[in-house]
Amino acid sequence: MTMLYFLRRLGQAFLVVFIVSLIAFQLGTLIGDPVTAVLGLDATSAARADLREALRLDDPYVVRYARFVADAVQGDFGMSYRAQRPVADVIAERIPATAELAITALIVSLGIGIPLGVVAAIWRESWWASLLMTGSIVGVSLPTFVVGILMIFAFSVTLGWLPSYGRGATVSVGGWETGLLTASGLTALIMPAVSLAVSQVALVARLVRAEMLEVLRMDFIRFARARGLRDRVVHFRHALRNTLLPIITVSGIQIGYLVAFAVVVEQVFQWPGLGTMFLSALTESDIPVITAFLVLIACLFATINLVVDLLYALADPRVRLSRG
Amino acid sequence: MPAASALRDHARAMSLKPAVMAATAILLILVGVAALAPWIVPHDPYDLASLDLFDSHLPPAWMPGGDARYLFGTDSQGADLLSLLMLGLRTSLKVGVLAVAVSVSIGLLAGLVSGYFRGWTETIIMRAADIQFTFPAMLLALLIGGLARSMLPVGQQESAAIYIVVLALGISHWPHFARLVRAAVITEASKNYVMAARLAGRSHSGILFRHVMPNSLNPVFVLATMDIAFAIMTEATLSFLGFGMPTSQPSLGTLIKIGYGYLFSGEWWVVVFPSLTLIVLLVSVNVFGDWLRDRLDPKLR
Repeated sequence: MTMLYFLRRLGQAFLVVFIVSLIAFQLGTLIGDPVTAVLGLDATSAARADLREALRLDDPYVVRYARFVADAVQGDFGMSYRAQRPVADVIAERIPATAELAITALIVSLGIGIPLGVVAAIWRESWWASLLMTGSIVGVSLPTFVVGILMIFAFSVTLGWLPSYGRGATVSVGGWETGLLTASGLTALIMPAVSLAVSQVALVARLVRAEMLEVLRMDFIRFARARGLRDRVVHFRHALRNTLLPIITVSGIQIGYLVAFAVVVEQVFQWPGLGTMFLSALTESDIPVITAFLVLIACLFATINLVVDLLYALADPRVRLSRG
Repeated sequence: MPAASALRDHARAMSLKPAVMAATAILLILVGVAALAPWIVPHDPYDLASLDLFDSHLPPAWMPGGDARYLFGTDSQGADLLSLLMLGLRTSLKVGVLAVAVSVSIGLLAGLVSGYFRGWTETIIMRAADIQFTFPAMLLALLIGGLARSMLPVGQQESAAIYIVVLALGISHWPHFARLVRAAVITEASKNYVMAARLAGRSHSGILFRHVMPNSLNPVFVLATMDIAFAIMTEATLSFLGFGMPTSQPSLGTLIKIGYGYLFSGEWWVVVFPSLTLIVLLVSVNVFGDWLRDRLDPKLR
């Protein structure tokens, strides 16, 4: 039963990646002409024919797609039209910047959002809990890029405390360019991470509060109270533990949002990550880069969904038994 | 104890009311300004003859060097910022409402069909929705907007921008409505009146649109209100990134994008006022939507 459930989920993840890869591959045939993109408009027709030959653009569609998949599996997404370098290299050198930004923001948004949601659910009658909820509506209404811009206005332009762009100094640790070990890298991370986290904190707090309220309404909580257990035990041992499951889902959703909005934050702060790479590729129709980014993102999201589903099934047998 | 807690609930509802009322009032004012903008703007920022470069880069009226004619100051062309804001607000709201209309149309049709006919129709539609759900809607809208734009010749990109943005936003959010409508339809279709209509010989489409749809609309209404905030926010984000509304027809997001370029030269007003307008608009839509949800559909809470 569990195995079947696992296989179904795995199949679904592969389906997502397959469809996205098909769409991503299709883009190359829909937009622009790779030959013009590499050689420019005034290349001789002989040079153009040579390149068509070299890129094997005249093969049948299925053959080209098969080759695309075979190459992609080995991490080969071709050459970036713009950078004239392998796409894999361009992406590899930008992963650390985005990963550090997104993970820092994830820790901040879960680390603040979950406790806020829990206390807002437990003390839902108090005036500050409703203030918190009103505040969270304001929080989810703040567009990420506006938060970034207003922070730059306050802390860079007006006060001059924090840098407004870039990653600061980085050091290489085993091939991973990290900004977490230098003072300028850390100060540069503050504003991007906070502006990425602000609306997410509010979102997490709201979701966790809703889930916790759901649990607090259940019979076993009432029985626990009837048994004379203290509030603290009821709240934290019984209620919170049963809220942890939905929190797994929330965290999964969170990673997706953070990666999506990292694109925006990177643009505001000129952060040299995957997001700024993707945006300039989109502006310049650098198809190999767009394609690779899409496939990478699809793999990432499919994996996150798979892991979340599996954790959920592991923790709650009802899930795998009913849907398996 | 129950009486006391009910009383407290009531008290809390009352104490929250001023916030809801304020938000609703602000929302009404903003919508009114947006609707009437072309006729009530103090200056026409697109009438090149009336622009005077001597009036460019002016700070807000209450600042030293400000001009009483331009309450929020002027931009680099000498255009009145308040007028730009009013017209930008109009564009933002227009795009937001149209985008939600597209989402609702696609989602309603997909949800009705899959909830009523079930079977493989439902499997295909809902699986497509599942796959789309794997991706954050913002990223999807950015992708559709960016790619659709690069497929058009440069000359048409500006005039087609509003259609591209509306479609990109609309397509990126239909699955939410499809799921909601499908669930409502499944409940509705199992009821006796649908059976009675079948027995009376009504056609499938007749039952679907005349009987089932009207009874499934309440949750759609709530989600649509909440979704307008999402659409406005996403449109602003796309425009800020350069894949949304063009500078010839700026939304609030486009104005922020333009203003961002002047932030470091000390002209904070060209970016701060559009930003604040956007935030106030989004907060008031969300507060109103939240209240509407509690009112119409406590289940969704």
